[in-house]
Amino acid sequence: MTKITFVTSDDNSITVEGNTGNVMELAVQNKIKGIDGNCGGVCSCATCHVHVEPKDWEKVGAPSTMEADMLEFDEKVSDYSRLSCQMKVTDAIDGVVLKVAK
Amino acid sequence: MMEKSAISDPFEKARLEKGVGEMDDQNDPVTMVLGHKDVRKCAHNWKTYQSGAEPGRIVIPSEVNIRDIRQIPFEVDPPMHGEYRALVEQWFKRPLEADYQAALEKQIGALVDEVLTKDSVEVIKEFSLILQSRALTLLFNVPFSESETWISWGTHVFRSEGNALDGDKANILYNYIDNEIEKSIQNPGKDLYSVLLASEVNGRKLTKEEVKGVVVLTFSGGRDTIINAVTNSIAYFSEHPKSLDKLRKEPELINFAIEELIRYFSPLTQMGRVATEDTQVCEHAIKAGTRIGLNWVSANRDASVFENANEVVLDRKINPHVAFGFGTHNCLGATHARQILKVLIKTLIKKVNSIEILDAKENIETLGEFKRKVGFDSINVKFN
Repeated sequence: MTKITFVTSDDNSITVEGNTGNVMELAVQNKIKGIDGNCGGVCSCATCHVHVEPKDWEKVGAPSTMEADMLEFDEKVSDYSRLSCQMKVTDAIDGVVLKVAK
Repeated sequence: MMEKSAISDPFEKARLEKGVGEMDDQNDPVTMVLGHKDVRKCAHNWKTYQSGAEPGRIVIPSEVNIRDIRQIPFEVDPPMHGEYRALVEQWFKRPLEADYQAALEKQIGALVDEVLTKDSVEVIKEFSLILQSRALTLLFNVPFSESETWISWGTHVFRSEGNALDGDKANILYNYIDNEIEKSIQNPGKDLYSVLLASEVNGRKLTKEEVKGVVVLTFSGGRDTIINAVTNSIAYFSEHPKSLDKLRKEPELINFAIEELIRYFSPLTQMGRVATEDTQVCEHAIKAGTRIGLNWVSANRDASVFENANEVVLDRKINPHVAFGFGTHNCLGATHARQILKVLIKTLIKKVNSIEILDAKENIETLGEFKRKVGFDSINVKFN
């Protein structure tokens, strides 16, 4: 199982586990505040925006061109922004910490 | 022969050659921004391209002559926009709740059962308008019977037949809303009016005028758009029975299908902004005080973003469409709209084998040199 920690805007830290699908789905299943995943994961709505802890950026990796384009004009973009619907839940990201953008 | 449900892209040439298109609107011209990236960039830049202009002016066609009330949070700029938006955000996420979905399933199930018994159904008036009005009672959390009043208003609340803006018709809506607000002041309940009347912004209660602003937005934003999306979906599935089969066999694709249909139909052609300074889009000068149009329709057919942009690719996995707008002002009703389409598709899968188009009259809008098919003026079908 892959462990992922979400830190919400009210500073709650919640660690959840999963082994399939994408990070947005995992967050929605666990009712993580601020992750809505309105578009179901097609990179359109940006309601799954997270800031990756800098120490975990290597593990998570940079966004695709399309994802980066959508993030470029997002209100809350940072150097460590990702859309969590585009992040697969795999062993490679075990232990990462993600700050919910909203 | 072109399929009846197909919607072509009239903006391609202008998008590629100039990036903008010009149109007049009641002597208040609009420079339409056409490319996906430019549309997103301008939508993001709310300081230069404002929404908080004269009420009605960022709507195209402009409603300045028929409306004084400011729609909230839609016609307000940050930071005040964010204060209002925070007030209503949770309420507009209620469509995700299980009992909201169950109520919607019941409504749409009953409507589909009813049209299945008829030999011919005019989809806009006898299906989409009814579906939209009934669903709106859930969003307002008011009795189902209110939908009968809303259905009686017809498809347009600001327009009579044709496309002319109609002040008298708008007044029917405004008077109705004034009445409902007064009723909720007398007898507070759990409806949207009462919730808004009890809300506070910046440490004070919302004024009646502000409550009305939110309510007008809720009525007008989700009427033509949802009717359009539902009607176009019925037309699409009637001509693509295999798509309905595919979703029946692979229901996990329904979410992708919803986003793709919304991209392809793009029920709202564009939304305006007013420039606060002299600026430019694609080397085209925009003067302070003039309008641009964020053309969602054109952006959603941009081939640099979408492969086979003019086709419905039902399981399109990456689909950064802007049919619900983009940026801080993105559609407040999107959750409600998506839930309606989800329940509609699930209901069609369960109850309907095929849909036959008997006849259809296209609705074409003219935007300067561009002619865009929006959907239908009328479309008669038989549900089987």
